[in-house]
Amino acid sequence: MKPTDIRNPDYFHKVVDCQWACPAHTPVPEYIRMIAAGRYSDAYMVNWHSNVFPGILGRTCDRPCEPACRRGRVEDEPVAICRLKRVAADNKSDIRARLTPIPAVGNGRRIACIGAGPSSLTVARDLAPLGYEVHVYDGEKQGGGFIRSQIPRFRLPAEVIDEEVGYITDRGGVVTHYGQRIESLKALLAEGYDAVFVGSGAPRGRELDVPGRAEAAANIHIGIDWLSSVSFGHIKEVGKRVIVLGGGNTAMDCCRSARRLGGEQVSVVVRSGFEEMKASPWEKEDALREGIPIRNFLVPKQVLHADGRLTGMVFEKVRAEYDAKGRRQLVPSGEPDEVIEADDVLVAIGQENSFPWIERDIGLEFDKWGLPQLDAETHQSTIPNVFFGGDAAFGPKNIIWAVAHGHAAAISIDLFCRGEDVRNRPPPDTALVSQKMGIHEWSYDNDVSLDLRFKVPHAEDERALRDITLEVELGYDREMAFKEAERCLNCDVQTVFSASLCIECDACVDICPVDCITFTPDGEESDLRTRLKAPALNLTQDLYIQDGLKTGRVMVKDEDVCLHCGMCAERCPTGAWDMQKFLLEAAKAVKGVHACAAE
Amino acid sequence: MSFLPKPKLHHPKLPVNALGFTRRDYEGAISTLCAGCGHDSISAAIIQACFELDIEPHRVAKMSGIGCSSKTPDYFLGASHGFNSVHGRMPSVLTGANLANRDLTYLGVSGDGDSASIGFGQFAHSIRRAVNMTYIVENNGVYGLTKGQFSATSDKGSKAKKGAINNDEPIDLVGIALQLGATFVARSFSGDKTQLVPLIKAALRHPGPAFIDCISPCVAFNNHEGSTKSYDFVREHNEAMNQLDVILGRDPISAEYAPGEVREVTQHDGSVLRLRKLHEDYDPTDRVAAMHHLHERKAAGEIVTGLLYIDPEPEDLHHHLDTVAMPLNRLDDAALVPGSAALDKVNAALR
Repeated sequence: MKPTDIRNPDYFHKVVDCQWACPAHTPVPEYIRMIAAGRYSDAYMVNWHSNVFPGILGRTCDRPCEPACRRGRVEDEPVAICRLKRVAADNKSDIRARLTPIPAVGNGRRIACIGAGPSSLTVARDLAPLGYEVHVYDGEKQGGGFIRSQIPRFRLPAEVIDEEVGYITDRGGVVTHYGQRIESLKALLAEGYDAVFVGSGAPRGRELDVPGRAEAAANIHIGIDWLSSVSFGHIKEVGKRVIVLGGGNTAMDCCRSARRLGGEQVSVVVRSGFEEMKASPWEKEDALREGIPIRNFLVPKQVLHADGRLTGMVFEKVRAEYDAKGRRQLVPSGEPDEVIEADDVLVAIGQENSFPWIERDIGLEFDKWGLPQLDAETHQSTIPNVFFGGDAAFGPKNIIWAVAHGHAAAISIDLFCRGEDVRNRPPPDTALVSQKMGIHEWSYDNDVSLDLRFKVPHAEDERALRDITLEVELGYDREMAFKEAERCLNCDVQTVFSASLCIECDACVDICPVDCITFTPDGEESDLRTRLKAPALNLTQDLYIQDGLKTGRVMVKDEDVCLHCGMCAERCPTGAWDMQKFLLEAAKAVKGVHACAAE
Repeated sequence: MSFLPKPKLHHPKLPVNALGFTRRDYEGAISTLCAGCGHDSISAAIIQACFELDIEPHRVAKMSGIGCSSKTPDYFLGASHGFNSVHGRMPSVLTGANLANRDLTYLGVSGDGDSASIGFGQFAHSIRRAVNMTYIVENNGVYGLTKGQFSATSDKGSKAKKGAINNDEPIDLVGIALQLGATFVARSFSGDKTQLVPLIKAALRHPGPAFIDCISPCVAFNNHEGSTKSYDFVREHNEAMNQLDVILGRDPISAEYAPGEVREVTQHDGSVLRLRKLHEDYDPTDRVAAMHHLHERKAAGEIVTGLLYIDPEPEDLHHHLDTVAMPLNRLDDAALVPGSAALDKVNAALR
């Protein structure tokens, strides 16, 4: 098998599972070590550079990093990466002086961002320091977009949004046009912006189409609209009996909000089974903890009403059947229909994109699903100076994806405005540095903690359910945060092997606590995977292979469950193994020379 | 050495043996030997062998003397009985323990200094008395703890790290063991666990004096050009006589071999030692031929390894002394103090 080329930045990046899984590629182990060291502001800044909204994401992120976390493969649960991020935000000092400075004199280029949600704000954050004048338009009176309108205050306090949006909009270079909804892209383009970024989200909730819907309309609410009315204080109460339709995170926010606005019997009703629900496991857990039952395999059939008021809903019972290809189909179970009585129904069965304000004759092409035709990497539309990001680009996702889109679009916009090829993307910044301090001393804490995941303390239900603005999660205190941070395996501290130094003494093989390392005759990958010290069955994890050994064998290391404890390097008599920290910062828009400025 | 203990977390798919133990359950404390020491590989091989044999750790007594090698019993079988004796006195302590309780599995670990110099006599007598034990010498040909002087097993003409040439004849422990009647004699190399693990397994199951001379490079003082016990030298000159598989009753016999390619030796407990021949005409049950072959290959500059001699019907010290089957330490007072009538009878027989 071909020896591994560790100069390819993707190789070690993939070993850092959390960072690889993060759409914005936040250097997770780096900031977790800083939290353990009590360097909260430094940890915050590492996050701020990568994901722009550490305080917000530390409470609300969909955390793709956690299912990827290596710790989850060697014991029960991953490191609580998301909630550690919040610790950095909660405990930092005033970091305003450390934010990237905004130049006093701009570069003369003007950019318009449509929507003040996470993707637009990321574009503004990345471009303003380069001298761009970024104009942010939003129909609401405050910035934040869906972060502010959709996420309930008991999960995310308004001060946190104000603070982190403020770091972008209140430092110059960014002009906000709040309360000003863009009604025509054509008209905006006519205003002569050098580039336009569309970050307008997926603002339309999917409709429920069953008999009785129209008659009981007064008590049926579209989830995302209802949440935003709750957020802005237009809705302050709900009926005692509430049905929430849908199994995603919006449904979880709806049911928990309803519990706080007077809903006594709130239930979530989902077509699919519990496991297949789109909601994150922890959000389901939070709903269940607040006494909200989740009813599965029930398909809405009819809305019941009397005298123009909703009285309940009828559901058909189904079960899941899988065809030969493993595709699921919900088929009627034959059991009698179920009636659930209710005063209000919240419909949270999905979101759609909607672009009524984009004229169809200005050269901007849409695909058959009503989404703009975009280049997946550059986010450029069929109008060269119009770029898309966030939910508006490829359909509903989440905040961290919106941030990643913002970074990518900012790079494109900058390249475009400099007259360069938008496909000519800058590479990530990488560094690989030995952590050796002495014979068995490393500049990271290589003692592997055996603690299990610490639970984040919550406000008691009694108080939490009475006040919709009271934040439920209290966050880790510093001591818990330290212990949780110590669970991190430091996967960015890489095991780097030099075959020319190796004397094949087997010391590393013998000491490795997780049987990662094997010296064996070479072969094809599929064959090698079966004859290692522990079979390498996780095909998503690479084998690190080096040849050039005296016996002609190869060194094979299965990256899958490596604890990064450094024992191989400590026991190596010749320094053939070394622990080297791989730090990768994903590419961002950087200061370059503008074609016009150079003239 | 490392300051930290080896992390307790292990591979999620780590197999368990018939007793429900993983291999990790047979480990001991973390080694304090130099990084890369061959002795650590031998410890790992002992751990692997005991795991594969489903040995109950509390039924093993591991004994040693003084030296780098004799520190190693701390690094494996943390739940077994152990005894660090005075320098070179492991064999007599082991003999005494074995006499008192014949039911335990005895594992003596020693080095070339401990067995070929200060404890040479002890080594010789424990072998000729046929104590039922596994006696492993971790042989690095150098005094590592005192910074690299030649030991009694250093080959004549080999060079020390600082350049001195050894003029003394080496003691060949394998030759001595064969001559003094060891019923299981093997030589192996710490850098070849595929050979070493089955040899340790077979030795542990052998009901007589089993001796393994295991060449174990000293990375700090004897792994240089001119050494005959370095990783490179041993790899270049290693002549394996056979490859051993230890087949316990429950293992299915799957591999097929051409006739004449395999020799099987059935041991007293029913376990089968299957020897795949790597060298034509080598018969490991012929003691005289084995001694002859060893001398011949040594003269040719080869290091002969593998299972060199086995007696399928061994006898041990307890057999020779005709002791009772019950371990002596479990005999009660009535059996141990038969009374004056019995003494009179003995005295009368001698008059």
